[in-house]
Amino acid sequence: MVKRDNAVDLVGLLSVEGQDLAASWVGEVTGSLGGRVGAAELNRELRELYEALVEALRKGATDVHSEHMSEVRAHLTELSRNRARQGFSPSETAVSVFALKRVLEPVLEKGTADEIRAYLRLARILDSLGLFTIETYTQTRDELITAQAEQLLELSTPVVRLWDGVIAVPLVGTLDSARTQVVMEKLLQALVDTGSEQAIIDITGVPAVDTQVAQHLLKTIVAARLMGAECTVSGISPQIAQTIVALGIEFDGIVTKASLADALKLALRRSGVDLVAHTGAQR
Amino acid sequence: MTAPWTADEEPQVYAVERSGDLVHVRQAIRALAQRCGLSLVDQTKMITAASELARNTLTYGGGGTVRAGLVSANSRRGVGAVFEDTGPGIPDVEQAMTDGWTSGGGLGLGLSGAKRLVDDFRLRTAPGEGTAVTIIKWAR
Repeated sequence: MVKRDNAVDLVGLLSVEGQDLAASWVGEVTGSLGGRVGAAELNRELRELYEALVEALRKGATDVHSEHMSEVRAHLTELSRNRARQGFSPSETAVSVFALKRVLEPVLEKGTADEIRAYLRLARILDSLGLFTIETYTQTRDELITAQAEQLLELSTPVVRLWDGVIAVPLVGTLDSARTQVVMEKLLQALVDTGSEQAIIDITGVPAVDTQVAQHLLKTIVAARLMGAECTVSGISPQIAQTIVALGIEFDGIVTKASLADALKLALRRSGVDLVAHTGAQR
Repeated sequence: MTAPWTADEEPQVYAVERSGDLVHVRQAIRALAQRCGLSLVDQTKMITAASELARNTLTYGGGGTVRAGLVSANSRRGVGAVFEDTGPGIPDVEQAMTDGWTSGGGLGLGLSGAKRLVDDFRLRTAPGEGTAVTIIKWAR
């Protein structure tokens, strides 16, 4: 049984009599992480991983995706996820695995031919474990980015009450379909919640209005109208006005204003509020 | 179509495969327009045109690439961009360039509007062979 022998070689490599290889491994990794992971935590992580690895090799695992490696994979996944969340780089994450190769390197100088062959086989397994770590790391980062993008979507569309019966949505950044949907929902809900009849959509913070953005705006305004509210678009800068004209977008029947202040004045007038300036009044 | 690159640097290539890529294209065009010294109005026009065409590349061309860079001719400097896809192409260019005509659900102003927003506009397409649109905005 050749395979069994191989497994014994590999396990033998990792469990040298009288040597605490796991401790050297922890030492090696600690140095590379610069103390940003607690010593006790690192010690626990790596020792669990070490034991799982030895056990997997004893059962004859030769590949990261083999059945016996499931526990090793679980430990590695946890390790990668933690590192990704704590803001470590991919190299700093993978080095935890590759450091074990460095710990075993003395074998290459003093070991027998069999031991060197075993080292090379183990090195190949460790390489695949390292790659697995990076994959998991990337996956976690992608999940984080997606979650943040969703949070941003929520955060960036506040509906503010400017006056009794007047609400405003200051839009900042790019308007895509997903965001418009959020804006529309929030605006319509706010119209109901506050009993407002005037809504102002301020696009001062929107860098460019193309046909899709315009279309989204028009749809939102029509939806607000269906609910009995009047909409004003404010914050149209000179360059955006010229771009809209050149594009040929028609804003027929939609009231637009250059500034939010103008739009508020209009909304107040429409709701029957008069603003009176007192001459000489000082507060 | 060979791009009219006569500027001293190679154009950058941006992939247009997802709607998130449009943001990168807009940012890249904005950076180029600022470096080229376009006025704020011309910057906005160029960015908007690029946004329209990149969205067409994605929506109708099924994805493609944008090559963008600084260009120069007759001692003028400008920003150029080529939008290429290998999609179905445009069967009737005249119709596609008509205001208000759309094969999708848009306003039908993207292609014709983009042409009005830039100084140079070239469209090359053939059914089944994809579409390439080249635009340039010159600094004044």
